[in-house]
Amino acid sequence: MTNRQWLLDHPTLLLFAGLGLVLLTATVIGRVLAMVHGDTPTIDNLNQRIDAWWYMVAAMGVAFLFGLTGLVILFALLSFWALREFLTLTPTRHGDHSSLLLLFFIGLPAQYALVWYQWYGLYSVFLPVYGFLVLAIAATLRGDTENFLQRVSFVQWGMMICIYFTSHVPALVTLPLILGRSSDGLLLIAFLVIVAQGSDVLQYIFGKLFGRHPVSPRLSPSKTWEGLVGGIASATLLGAALWWITPFSVPVAAGMAFIICVSGFFGGLVLSAIKRDRGVKDWGRMIRGHGGILDRLDSVIFAAPVFLHLTRYWYTV
Amino acid sequence: MALIRTLAARATARLIAGFARLTTGVYGDWRGCQPALNQRVYFANHSSHGDFVLIWTVLSVRARRQTRPVAAADYWNVPGLRRFIGAHVFNALLIDRRAGGGAAITAMNKALAWGDSLIIFPEGTRNTGDAPLLPLRAGIHHLARAHPAVEFVPVWIDNISRVMPKGERLPVPLLCSVIFGEPISAMPDEPRDAFLDRARAALLQLKPGEGPP
Repeated sequence: MTNRQWLLDHPTLLLFAGLGLVLLTATVIGRVLAMVHGDTPTIDNLNQRIDAWWYMVAAMGVAFLFGLTGLVILFALLSFWALREFLTLTPTRHGDHSSLLLLFFIGLPAQYALVWYQWYGLYSVFLPVYGFLVLAIAATLRGDTENFLQRVSFVQWGMMICIYFTSHVPALVTLPLILGRSSDGLLLIAFLVIVAQGSDVLQYIFGKLFGRHPVSPRLSPSKTWEGLVGGIASATLLGAALWWITPFSVPVAAGMAFIICVSGFFGGLVLSAIKRDRGVKDWGRMIRGHGGILDRLDSVIFAAPVFLHLTRYWYTV
Repeated sequence: MALIRTLAARATARLIAGFARLTTGVYGDWRGCQPALNQRVYFANHSSHGDFVLIWTVLSVRARRQTRPVAAADYWNVPGLRRFIGAHVFNALLIDRRAGGGAAITAMNKALAWGDSLIIFPEGTRNTGDAPLLPLRAGIHHLARAHPAVEFVPVWIDNISRVMPKGERLPVPLLCSVIFGEPISAMPDEPRDAFLDRARAALLQLKPGEGPP
């Protein structure tokens, strides 16, 4: 299913047409809000976010054209940028230089090469086992013991969050799915990304409209119970409505979407905790209005491995 | 010939700036002043050979043309590519290090009188130790006193020493930022040390917090 026959495939075109329509509606609403209320910071930021979404959907669209290879390249780049944001904010020392070089220039490309090679048995242990050991050894060889455990852990966290979990998104294409309404791995990625990002967006909208009670004021002042419940409920419905692009039945699609939303929510919370610890508001400034790559990817990062394992266990031949 | 050289210099400039952006993701954080074409002396902390390239990269194309990095003649005035880049791409103000501090100040005074902006590193040498900033040399005070109308902009270059620590061969692609502070100028009767302390404080104030160890 990774060749270009999808071009003739009805669901993918329909899906992207739908996304275009949603974005168009959002763009119009954003511009009308700006005309009615003037350029308040919130509306300004909203419009920047919507504009950035056009680029993100376009990038996904281009990657879809090239199937597995396109997605591996896109997510390898996202991993690279995410890792750069993550490690920039960590207090590594001169003694970590070889660890960092190994991670950027060997660990990252090797992990994505294994995904591209569809070698599930190795790509699922390569970084957590061998990457973990090699990073610890590389840091030891430099002989700098100051804050040793802390420094090694930071680099290992960067490896897991930015490379390992993220690489599970393109890995979805490689699953030999059972016959269902759709057995296209590409569309499975679309399902994951649309539900996880949809959940973020819907939580944002519900939070802005009805948000009163913060979930965790210390971690993230903008996350409210109203936003959380409204966002997850509506994104679960969105997932159920997208059952036709998956091998799942309608209730299973809803269940999968719910799990994606919940793990995605915790992804955002955990990465917020790290940001607070590092004393920053955003991971970077790569995506206008959103912050850094990690600010946008946090939910997908936590949801991807869970979604991959559930699907692999029950829905592959 | 001159036209070809100018075009080559402009293409090389884009190439260098693009490479700097790609490897370091560098961006300019204009905290205390706006990017402008006012005559300025950008004075920055110095921890790597790539420092002035980063400042130069985040300046606008027009600002680049009027801003000259002050650099060592013995490094840049070597025939071939280096001289071409030093003279035509960066339009560097080359200082003969053997001629002593007085000659260097004279050259910088001349360039400022001519209307150029400068990029200088008042620590005088690369800081490769653990201290965030070395003591500033007195030269910056001479310049500030002689040119009261020029804006002296403190610039903090963050992270470049982590990208390529001393003695390493390969850079790690971490993000760098160039933070511009509020311009200072020497007051008429200000003693040298008071001005140097102020300049030093203006630089350190821009240094991003390190967070808990």
